[in-house]
Amino acid sequence: MTDLRAHLEAATRSGRKLLVPYVMGGIPDRVGFPSVVEAVSEYADAVEVGLPFSDPLMDGPVIAAAGERAIAGGVGPLDVLDLLARTATPLLAMTYYNPIHSVGEGDFCARAVAAGISGLIVPDLPVEESTRLRALAADHGLAWIPLVAPTSSSQRIEAIAATGTGFVYAVSTMGVTGVRESLSERAAAVVERCRAATDLPVLVGIGVSSAEHAVAACRSADGVVIGSAVVARVMDEGAGSASEFLKGVRSALDRLP
Amino acid sequence: MKTDPVSSAGWFGDFGGRYVPEALIGALEELDDAWNAARSDEAFLHDLGALHRDVVGRPTPLYEAERFSQRVGARVFLKREDLAHTGAHKINNTLGQVLLARRMGKSRVIAETGAGQHGVATATAAAFFGLPCVVYMGATDMRRQHLNVVRMQMLGAEVVGVESGSATLKDAINEALRDWVTNVETTHYVIGSVVGPHPYPELVASLQSVIGDEARAQVVEVAGELPTEVVACVGGGSNAIGLFRGFYDDAGVRLVGVEAAGEGLDRRNGASITRGRPGVLHGARSLLLQDDQGLIAHAHSISAGLDYPGVGPEHSWLASTGRATYVTATDDEAVAGFKALAETEGILPALETSHALAHLLSNASSGTVVLGLSGRGDKDVETLAELAP
Repeated sequence: MTDLRAHLEAATRSGRKLLVPYVMGGIPDRVGFPSVVEAVSEYADAVEVGLPFSDPLMDGPVIAAAGERAIAGGVGPLDVLDLLARTATPLLAMTYYNPIHSVGEGDFCARAVAAGISGLIVPDLPVEESTRLRALAADHGLAWIPLVAPTSSSQRIEAIAATGTGFVYAVSTMGVTGVRESLSERAAAVVERCRAATDLPVLVGIGVSSAEHAVAACRSADGVVIGSAVVARVMDEGAGSASEFLKGVRSALDRLP
Repeated sequence: MKTDPVSSAGWFGDFGGRYVPEALIGALEELDDAWNAARSDEAFLHDLGALHRDVVGRPTPLYEAERFSQRVGARVFLKREDLAHTGAHKINNTLGQVLLARRMGKSRVIAETGAGQHGVATATAAAFFGLPCVVYMGATDMRRQHLNVVRMQMLGAEVVGVESGSATLKDAINEALRDWVTNVETTHYVIGSVVGPHPYPELVASLQSVIGDEARAQVVEVAGELPTEVVACVGGGSNAIGLFRGFYDDAGVRLVGVEAAGEGLDRRNGASITRGRPGVLHGARSLLLQDDQGLIAHAHSISAGLDYPGVGPEHSWLASTGRATYVTATDDEAVAGFKALAETEGILPALETSHALAHLLSNASSGTVVLGLSGRGDKDVETLAELAP
């Protein structure tokens, strides 16, 4: 387990933009999953590991289908934690709240730490309902990564950003995860509003689908989270293709002035 | 309105809350504010009352089912929501919500539907007010409730089939929430039951409480006394809450909710209170059918409206306090309930409602019973015809 904030800030201080790919736990299957994590880690500052859930209401077709496939293959959300191997790159768990609630918030944190997880992203747990889990996560040394939406009021952004201990996840657009033609015009505004509220790194996610989008987002943000574009490549062509794609994104980001 | 069981943060005891992506919080706060303003606004309440009277046909009758009463041994009064416009209680809620959506300046409405009754009721309200309407419906339900798909389309709604998960009500709600996350700034989501994030469970319960308010006054007038028991079927639980709320303060009145036991309680069923444990689904903490990792189970019921692995948080709260009792009826028992009412009263009830009837058939009861006849069964005749020998 890594101190996520220190790790990310060391990178941003050196002028590097942050690249956080998302992979779905248990994809392509139980055996092949660890090598996917390893492959995408090469160009990543952290890897977001999705825990498959039966009712992923923030997910578009690509990630929802990946989750269904993982579950059909016998990999549940907690099983993913047992599949993770140690990596030098920090791992973040992206999970809906019910699996955490089901096993118990304290037990979940302990199991996540034991699996090498450094931080938590829980997209259906808004700031009002997350008080207890955030305290437990802090006790276990897990970073908390809150999400800010384009519709969040300035007052809410203040409150949300104050709960962050890893980075702040700026949702670029209204909608679910998925590959999009262009980066939302709202992304830069969300980033600026987050900046006004926090010194934490601010990363843009949802709809960041290409090197071009990543570069556009990083004109204001400290980095990007790329989900569906990575998962689609893992599903269709394998980990090597996802890794090649991330290599291209990485080098585009490194060319940014 | 009556005593409010819900706290300002949307909690019924340990159940309820607002577990949604941040993107929806603003819209839920806006809806909560709009509803709180509307419910104390004489003009809004006047408009709603007029819609309930002139469009829905309220008050619906409370009808003494004498031949069915002889069959079950109790004096049974049926609260005839099946006689409401569009054939079920759902219209009470949709007209209220679409009236509210207009007041909020929303230009589009969406809904989920299981049995199709809520979809039809939303499409009706949308047509009445001239708003575009999209209804999400599980592919399985589109097949078994085909009549209602056609009705929605004729009313001008777009019906979108949902193939994911179990392709039933649960998955239709997921898809409606995905639409809402994307279009929340222009769109109102008309949730059809007492489920979802705060303020929906309270909003829908308030709009449906007209059922219980009427029924209480009617039974006192006709029978000269309060009933010993009030019975309704429970999927998400909106008709039951609407009826129960009329009797919350009458401690001597037993409130009984009937869940779907499906193929049996040890097999696939929809009995979230009887067989579930606490969890978070569709924005609220309630009792859910789920596995040991928190994956939501595929429910089963012969009735699409009860084929749901969760239940409204107010029911979980009523169960935890003991104010209401929850029992179950299987698919087969529901079919027997349907036939009994058809034979004795000449009424074809919805298969959902038939679960409540089945409870009276299989549990010898005396005294006076008010039963929520939540909807009519035209939509179910194909399902029943396939079962016929």
